[in-house]
Amino acid sequence: MFRTFGRSIGRSLFGLLALSLPASADTVSSFTLDNGLQVVVIEDHRAPVVTQMVWYKIGRADEVAGHSGIAHFFEHLMFKGTEKVPSGEFSATVEKQGGTDNAFTTQDYTAYFQRVAADRLELMMQMESDRMVNLNMSEEDVTTERQVILEERGQRTDSDPGSLLQEQMSAAQYLNHPYGIPVIGWRAEIAGLTRDDAINFYRAYYAPNNAILIVAGDVKPDDVLALAKKYYGPLPPSDKIKPRARPQEPPQLAERRLVLADERVAQPYVARSYMAPERNPGDQKQAAALAVLADLLGGSGTTSVLTKALQFDSQTAVYSSAYYDGVSVDPQTFGLVVVPAEGVSLADAEAAMDKAISKFMQDGVNPQDFARIKTQIRAGQIYARDSAGGLARTYGEALAVGLSVQDVQDWPDVLQAVTPEDVMAAAKLVFNRDQAVTGWLTTKEAAQ
Amino acid sequence: MNLRNLWRAAAVAFAFATPLHADINIQPVTSPGGIKAWLVEDHGIPFTALEIRFKGGTSLDAAGKRGAVNLMTALIEEGAGDLDSQGFAAARDGLAASFQFSSDQDGVSVSSHFLTENRDQALALLHDALTKPRFDQVAVDRVREQVLSGLRSDAKDPGAIAANLERARSFGDHPYGSDGSGTVESVTALTRDDIVQAFKDAIARDRITVAAAGDISAAELGVVLDKLLGDLPATGAAQPGPATLQTKGGITVQPFPGPQSMIIFGQGGMKFSDPDYFAASLLNEILGGGRFSARLMTEVREKRGLTYGVSTGIAAYDHAEVLVGQFQASNEKVAEAIKVIRDEWAKIAKDGVTAEELANAKTYMTGAYPLRFDGNDTIASILVGMQDLGLPPDYPKTRNARVDAVTLEDVKRVASRLIKPDDLHFTVVGTPTGVANE
Repeated sequence: MFRTFGRSIGRSLFGLLALSLPASADTVSSFTLDNGLQVVVIEDHRAPVVTQMVWYKIGRADEVAGHSGIAHFFEHLMFKGTEKVPSGEFSATVEKQGGTDNAFTTQDYTAYFQRVAADRLELMMQMESDRMVNLNMSEEDVTTERQVILEERGQRTDSDPGSLLQEQMSAAQYLNHPYGIPVIGWRAEIAGLTRDDAINFYRAYYAPNNAILIVAGDVKPDDVLALAKKYYGPLPPSDKIKPRARPQEPPQLAERRLVLADERVAQPYVARSYMAPERNPGDQKQAAALAVLADLLGGSGTTSVLTKALQFDSQTAVYSSAYYDGVSVDPQTFGLVVVPAEGVSLADAEAAMDKAISKFMQDGVNPQDFARIKTQIRAGQIYARDSAGGLARTYGEALAVGLSVQDVQDWPDVLQAVTPEDVMAAAKLVFNRDQAVTGWLTTKEAAQ
Repeated sequence: MNLRNLWRAAAVAFAFATPLHADINIQPVTSPGGIKAWLVEDHGIPFTALEIRFKGGTSLDAAGKRGAVNLMTALIEEGAGDLDSQGFAAARDGLAASFQFSSDQDGVSVSSHFLTENRDQALALLHDALTKPRFDQVAVDRVREQVLSGLRSDAKDPGAIAANLERARSFGDHPYGSDGSGTVESVTALTRDDIVQAFKDAIARDRITVAAAGDISAAELGVVLDKLLGDLPATGAAQPGPATLQTKGGITVQPFPGPQSMIIFGQGGMKFSDPDYFAASLLNEILGGGRFSARLMTEVREKRGLTYGVSTGIAAYDHAEVLVGQFQASNEKVAEAIKVIRDEWAKIAKDGVTAEELANAKTYMTGAYPLRFDGNDTIASILVGMQDLGLPPDYPKTRNARVDAVTLEDVKRVASRLIKPDDLHFTVVGTPTGVANE
């Protein structure tokens, strides 16, 4: 009955899927236009539908210090109109076609998409290419949209103690890298963002040579290329696009622990994040081992290592999970979470979690669990073909963080090639408490 | 003609090209044993989605056993036949099959998909779950704790608090008047016998709707239906009677800490079977549908920045209909947002909508319809919903013509009949400024 509202923030704490899988190579074509725009076409002719996505290689972590939230704020402003398409008309035009459109921002990229009948692709390209360079926002648009974003922060973060803990944990996790600042931005800095900030940001980063166009659905690659040349081809590249070289982490030498007590908390939990390497171009083996590790430890609500130990062999928890994403420009985190059973303290829940991890480090990988995960990875490739929109997202996020089409297509094979020894080596690397943050979310009463 | 008009002309030309119907071929299938299903056959990808729905759901809970159907549904996958919870999950995951069991106020849904290469094994496992669930005491106790954890979280979740207040206010003692997950007290008191009884009440052949989509032929599906569902019990518990909606406008404030308030607002709705349903649906789309260009989204978010999002929908349940919406806003903005929504309610009731709004809503609804049929899981689920509404298999080919047939006069008539400013009630959970019970 209720839909959620988009123009949203990526990277939530739970539910990240590292095992998302691409299509087979024969349905995917890629090109690069003379102005540097990368174009990927994913064919799926089962239904007369197309998804267009434009990904900009600019995210929260690329913002100037003190202006947190400008990438996401600007994403909202992209709907405020050009000379040809006045404010509000972009979405209205897509909606008149029966389509849906939205956008999202993460630490590493900002993406815009429309899903429409396949014969409307040209109109979508016309509008999306227009706003890549011709955006024209009024002072009033900026003022009103800032209010919307403060409401968004109120709804998604300030009203949710779990989101606040996640924000505090990220800030503690990164000593120097900008991933420590939330995608939506700190409230006081959002309130200070101006129209000039937005225009400067736009001029610097929105250009064809900093973007990826993904078109997925009932289309032919030659037709897409011709349309892309017609609409995106004439746009000038920017000379300000440089490789992303963000401040990196120094050696992390001390464990960090946080307690967030809030009267709105009903169900306390303990979360732990460890620094972890990401997928790198031509070098995805370690990340694949971590993805399999996350699945072994917490991927199933019944048979995973943590679930068995904390919910079956003992009644310590009502929920446990492990998560790892892998798709990012710079090193990221591997996470664990345990929601204790009624009457179990957070200290005991955390101790049980650590005991289960230690036991796993001693016992190693269970061969039956390992075989099952490999089967699911293989089947995942079949199921993934059912959603052209999902494939567009898989390719887009990988390309936007610097991976190649080949890396995306190699990923299932890299996952299949992971051995139990690889998993244990990755676990040994990651489970280092000096590089970890432990967060407790607790009630006010329990904290006193 | 300047550039901008050229652009508009291009958009209009595209609008006329809207596909007139969803091009989807639904085959009605009857198994040798007499079980009916709908099928969309597509051999492009080697897997099948199968959706089964048992009418009734949490509204079948026996007196004093609130939450029994919900807990039972969560336990179906926790062991069946010779397999305990661990064994069942390992067998299912080893086949890379997916079975999801869920319940709501009107039904229990079983959403599954499985590979063609091991279809028989996957369906044998699903058959065990539907006919020989173990409901081991240890599993009952473990899953009960998960449900209780969710209920304790709901007690401090403004969205859940608002939904519970709104249910109770609207439907009183009818099952619709309370959360189908039950209360901490009722769920704590449930026994294994209650779960077994809930299974007998809810899972039976007399209340079943089935659909499949993907890599399976009609003949193969017929065999599958008999094997999977042929030996289910013939009958279950009686369905509940109609729910009476309390319609009294006003505002109810439930104090809750935090910077924002959660607001649910609503009044009576319209049955799907009503001849004016499509006019009402277009009216809702213009007033508060999911689009960014809907009136409420424009007035409350785009023009005034009072919220991140607001929307309304017509919810036509099996035993009642409501028109309901929701938004969140900073405490100091709630009063203004409520005033804006009340003004829009009064305006649309009095004046109806414009010809341009109606034309845009029509192209949206007719254009969006064919895009819904996206992927095997979604198609199977839509096909079950259509059968539940009593629609014919060729409905996707005629539905858009019914939308297009709605006139401006129809919408105006329906606006004055359906939209009742005096009935509009706001449930506010938070500490809003300048908003009191009324």
